Amino acid sequence: MDQGSNIYVTPEVDTDRFGHLHRFHGGLVLAGHHELSMVLPISNAGIPPLLVLPLQQHIGETAECLVKPGDHVYKGQLLARARGNVSAPVHASSSGTVVAVEDRPYPHPSGIDNPAIVIETDGRDEAADSGNPMIAYHQMDRSRLLERIRQSGIVGLGGAGFPTEVKLGSSTYHAIDLLVINGVECEPYISCDNLLMQERAGEILEGVRILQHILQPRDCVIAVEDHMPAAEAAMRAAVSATTDSRIEVIRVPAIYPTGGERQLIRVVTGREVPSQGLPADIGIICQNVGTAAAVYRAVIQNRPLISRIVTVTGTGVVQPRNMEVLLGTSFAFAIDACGGYTNDVDRLLMGGPMMGFAVHTDSVPVIKTSNCILAVTRTEMPPPPPALPCIRCGKCTSVCPADLLPQQLYWYARSGNLDAAQDYHLFDCIECGCCAYVCPSHIPLVQYYRHAKEEVWVQEKQKKAADIARRRHAARLERLERIQRERAARHTRKKETLAAAGNDREDPKKAAIQAALERVRRKKELADIAPQNVEGLTPEQERKIREVDARRQKQSSPGEADN
Amino acid sequence: MDFKIYSSPHLPVTDNVPVMMQRVLIAMVPGTVCAAWVFGPGILVNVLLASITAIAAEAGMLYLRNKPVVTTLFDGSALLTGVLLGAALPPLTPWWIPVTGCLFAIVVAKQLYGGIGYNPFNPAMAGFVVLIISFPFELTLWSAPHQSLGLLDTLRLMFMNTLPDGMTLDALTMATPMDNIKTHLGLNETITEIRGTGLFGNFGGSGWEAINLWFLLGGLWLLKTRVIQWQIPVSMLGAMSCMALVFYLSNPDTYTSPVFQLFSGATMLGAFFIATDPVSASTTPRGRIIYGAGIGMLTYLIRTWGGFPEGIAFAVLLMNMAAPTIDYYTQPRVFGQGGD
Repeated sequence: MDQGSNIYVTPEVDTDRFGHLHRFHGGLVLAGHHELSMVLPISNAGIPPLLVLPLQQHIGETAECLVKPGDHVYKGQLLARARGNVSAPVHASSSGTVVAVEDRPYPHPSGIDNPAIVIETDGRDEAADSGNPMIAYHQMDRSRLLERIRQSGIVGLGGAGFPTEVKLGSSTYHAIDLLVINGVECEPYISCDNLLMQERAGEILEGVRILQHILQPRDCVIAVEDHMPAAEAAMRAAVSATTDSRIEVIRVPAIYPTGGERQLIRVVTGREVPSQGLPADIGIICQNVGTAAAVYRAVIQNRPLISRIVTVTGTGVVQPRNMEVLLGTSFAFAIDACGGYTNDVDRLLMGGPMMGFAVHTDSVPVIKTSNCILAVTRTEMPPPPPALPCIRCGKCTSVCPADLLPQQLYWYARSGNLDAAQDYHLFDCIECGCCAYVCPSHIPLVQYYRHAKEEVWVQEKQKKAADIARRRHAARLERLERIQRERAARHTRKKETLAAAGNDREDPKKAAIQAALERVRRKKELADIAPQNVEGLTPEQERKIREVDARRQKQSSPGEADN
Repeated sequence: MDFKIYSSPHLPVTDNVPVMMQRVLIAMVPGTVCAAWVFGPGILVNVLLASITAIAAEAGMLYLRNKPVVTTLFDGSALLTGVLLGAALPPLTPWWIPVTGCLFAIVVAKQLYGGIGYNPFNPAMAGFVVLIISFPFELTLWSAPHQSLGLLDTLRLMFMNTLPDGMTLDALTMATPMDNIKTHLGLNETITEIRGTGLFGNFGGSGWEAINLWFLLGGLWLLKTRVIQWQIPVSMLGAMSCMALVFYLSNPDTYTSPVFQLFSGATMLGAFFIATDPVSASTTPRGRIIYGAGIGMLTYLIRTWGGFPEGIAFAVLLMNMAAPTIDYYTQPRVFGQGGD
């Protein structure tokens, strides 16, 4: 590690903590090609005639569209709101009229279209009424700041696109010791973070301080690569201007994929993020420098995320450079702003040459995760030679940063043995492409792993559906059985009662009691019968009645008469 | 504008199988030339015969299996099998020995299992073992160092089984030092006594030490160019030396020294060119150490107490069998799974 003059150490910080750097297994030293796009400063790409804003520019739930064709929208106006916990809203990048909400080409490895809001810009770039800037953020509650970040649609700008507010929110459940600001350019060719640090170190640092206020970490590390001295100097200057002794700038060696969150945390701290866990589980949160700058703009300037810095580079572009591009701008517009294509351009990528993916048309829009548009010629990146059988040379194993056995994974992924592939930790693969890059048999390994992962997801979905169906079926059977059981129980109860009644008749004691009760009842009935027309009778008639009564009495109960 | 779709990573490839095979073939040259210098042109004739047979057999099998013939042949693996097997055979052996061995190696041990990448056993060693079991006599036809026949006489012997006038096969051939030691130890002679017979060079078998040195040199170049990795050769030679050292120290009169073991027979050829065949070897970093050590120990055991003078071929095949199990139990700890 560089022990330069700008490292500040205070007594409460463990001085050895970042005293030396650590290594992760494998990785590659690749030719950078960063200088290609670093000749010119960051420029503004301008307002394109058409903005295509996909509802899904992040990891998580698709945003919910709030506008309809014909609506006039202002710059920064909310167009689609976040839906669910992990989601991000979409804002209008410029003013104009919504002309369509429909499926449009979308930068994704699958090449399928995605719903998007299409805006015809009016060129006036009128801003919507914005809320209040939160300049005094350090006196505010973190929940208010988190809400502002959520409302601003900020996602990780390093390339993954995970909603920033969700990531920061995990500090609610975990105490955060360390905030890592990732200024390590993940791949060759890309230089957007590098130039951002050179030109806007102040913004980044202000964003870092907001993040510090939210997370309250003990330490903060800003990691830059060893091939960016200018960016490092700018960051160091900005750090010393803040006189915050908790922020440290660290220079890390340019070994691909150090820009990966897990790898960078390993390099800086020597610790490993648990394989199925998150950095917050070990008290660390990692944010890209671009994300920090976006947080600054959202909080201090109250500007939602409507543009980002994009590296437009490769030998297929006339004048490679970095530009601030409005989200929704087509790749074609951005390329035109760089002088257009060279004659022999052959493939167009979003992202870097290792993990980026080819797009089939340049009408796809720049989205929140578009860090790089890479247009290359056939000579620079010739089509891959045909794949040969794997000879198990193990070169892939020696470069794998996740310590996997790529040759075994390939074997099982190819034969469709998904269980075995998962036993060999398929889901710990970060798809960095190191294995495929060194493979002497030119096997598109990453493609196999991606495919196997998708298969597993599909199977899991089917399994879940089958599980639900099975549970439902089991519940139905259970219910039918219960009804049957209850019916049977009722029957037996009835039978028992009947049987009990039968038993009663046979019992002489009970029979005697019954007979006695019967007699009492009859007597009572007789007693209750009141004689009618007995008024005004002659004594003769009264005597006759008495005689009849006495006779009746005698007949009905001879036993009693005997007594 | 529309573009073609490719899968990531997009950077041009850096390495390929044909180049790896070519490098192994280049690294074979010094040791093979040295063997020809010591044992005569018969070595080169064997290599040539075996190579031609290997390529022809590979082409025929690929054709029968409806596989692309030309592109697969150009991966160089069949040629390498031929060269390896040819270099391991004695110089005065009849022509059909390399041919039979190579046919078995390519047709049965390689192509019937699915061709390159799918063979569980090292094809060259499978061919060699078939030969040494089926034709033990023909595999003893080593000439005495630096006393070989000329090219024409060698060809006549190999192809027509005729010797120059007044020469007998017995007079021409000579047991290898390894074989010789075994025979003499069986007669209760001590190593010191056997050393007097002139079979020994400065530190290994006479003539063999030079061959081993050149193969070692080729192997080091392969390590440097990263065609092979260090684990298998280092662990194999290390395990062999350790075993030899223990027994040598216990009784130097009955056991040869570690240095003799390292520079006799096919030790260096085995360590750098045969045991490192990636297809049939273990592929995990730790597994390779176990795999190499296993070959080293088994080779020493077979050389010292087994029925054959040289044990590398058997040791390699035995460890080939163990490789999948070794791989299973030596998986590396995955990033983020336990430990710190």
